[in-house]
Amino acid sequence: MSDDQDDDIILSELSDAELVEQMHDDLYDGLREEIEEGVNILLERGWEPYQVLTEALVAGMTIVGIDFRDGILFVPEVLQAANAMKGGMAILKPLLAETGAPRMGKMVIGTVKGDIHDIGKNLVAMMMEGAGFEVVDLGINNPVEDYLDALEREQADILGMSALLTTTMPYMKVVIDTLVDQGKRDEYIVLVGGAPLNEEFSKAIGADSYCRDAAVAVETAKEYMLRKHNRMSA
Amino acid sequence: MSQPAARPPALDDERLTLEGLPTTGPGRLLVIACGALAHEITALIRANGWGHVRLTCLPAIWHNTPEQIAKGVEDLVARHRDDYETIFVAYADCGTGGALQKACDRLGVGMIEGPHCYSFFEGNATFAAHGEDEITTFYLTDFLARQFEAFVIRPLGLDRYPDLRDTYFGNYEKLVYLAQTRDPELDRRARDAAARLGLAYERRQTGYGDLETALAEAARG
Repeated sequence: MSDDQDDDIILSELSDAELVEQMHDDLYDGLREEIEEGVNILLERGWEPYQVLTEALVAGMTIVGIDFRDGILFVPEVLQAANAMKGGMAILKPLLAETGAPRMGKMVIGTVKGDIHDIGKNLVAMMMEGAGFEVVDLGINNPVEDYLDALEREQADILGMSALLTTTMPYMKVVIDTLVDQGKRDEYIVLVGGAPLNEEFSKAIGADSYCRDAAVAVETAKEYMLRKHNRMSA
Repeated sequence: MSQPAARPPALDDERLTLEGLPTTGPGRLLVIACGALAHEITALIRANGWGHVRLTCLPAIWHNTPEQIAKGVEDLVARHRDDYETIFVAYADCGTGGALQKACDRLGVGMIEGPHCYSFFEGNATFAAHGEDEITTFYLTDFLARQFEAFVIRPLGLDRYPDLRDTYFGNYEKLVYLAQTRDPELDRRARDAAARLGLAYERRQTGYGDLETALAEAARG
């Protein structure tokens, strides 16, 4: 999306609509400083933090996600975009806490024992936060006790587990089986992801859903939370 | 008597990476391997005088897209089944999540035990014994030390975005070069690779490990 004209664009001179569109382009191109500047301009113009988050950042990352899924963008470009979004999020996060944004639910997430590959997990955590979920990130290499303790302590709705290695992905079943043994499986929505996984594996280990990428994780989490609310109100 | 092998094409690393290797001619046993093992298997065939063994390879770069491996092996077995008495698959699981083992079981062909080449080069038992001590270790073999740019730097975009290095490798602590041969140039390359990734460096001489054992058993028939 970049072109030479970008150098001449002065973000503060754009209308709100033009600025948001430009921020989508800048996210796509992974321009962190421009994103931070755009966020500050919109806030100065009186935008609510949540509106900046959803319309400028999340909408822009959704485009990135679609082009990644369609093979137009690749992992390095997505990571550059995520880094730019992180810059914007850092400005918005304290403001969101102050102003009160809609809370969609709470997720505990981490890579499983033996697995230190956290790129996918970090993208999911970021996009879930962007979508209004509270995320408790346990980091890497988590034994079953860490997941269970965090789920209980945090009163979480969703458990997210990630693995990149075929040697570590079976550990997800250990976690789910432990939840079953303790009679807690139905208390949580269990989402799993990682390059070697698929829907078949997810079903075989007793997860609720396999999420191919961060955008799918957000949509799946929203869908399950809606079902949960409907069940509770029925 | 085994027929003499057609003169094998020169083992060009770039071709092994992207295209693999066509079969080296008629024989009794065909080894279907990852292109990253072509040099080692060729050396073992020569060293052991396995005149009845032929080699064909799938693209080594499938290391980065292992979902292609099982189907690629199945296609090669189907294509060459009638030309050889026996076919052996010189892959371990290699990120296929059991799919390759299932395919080999279905086709009635043997394959190498273990999760990946790092493990069978070092010896599956030795590798497994490292356990949690090495989950923060990134491995190279001879082939990967030579092809570091093609397998790591370019696919991860580190040539274009060097600042992503710690995003990818921030959780790693050490690079271990599992050396099949004694080559100071490869040692230098692997050491450079570790420095580029910001990791500590260790060279570990493995030789051919369980690859040799598995091929010897297959060659005995």
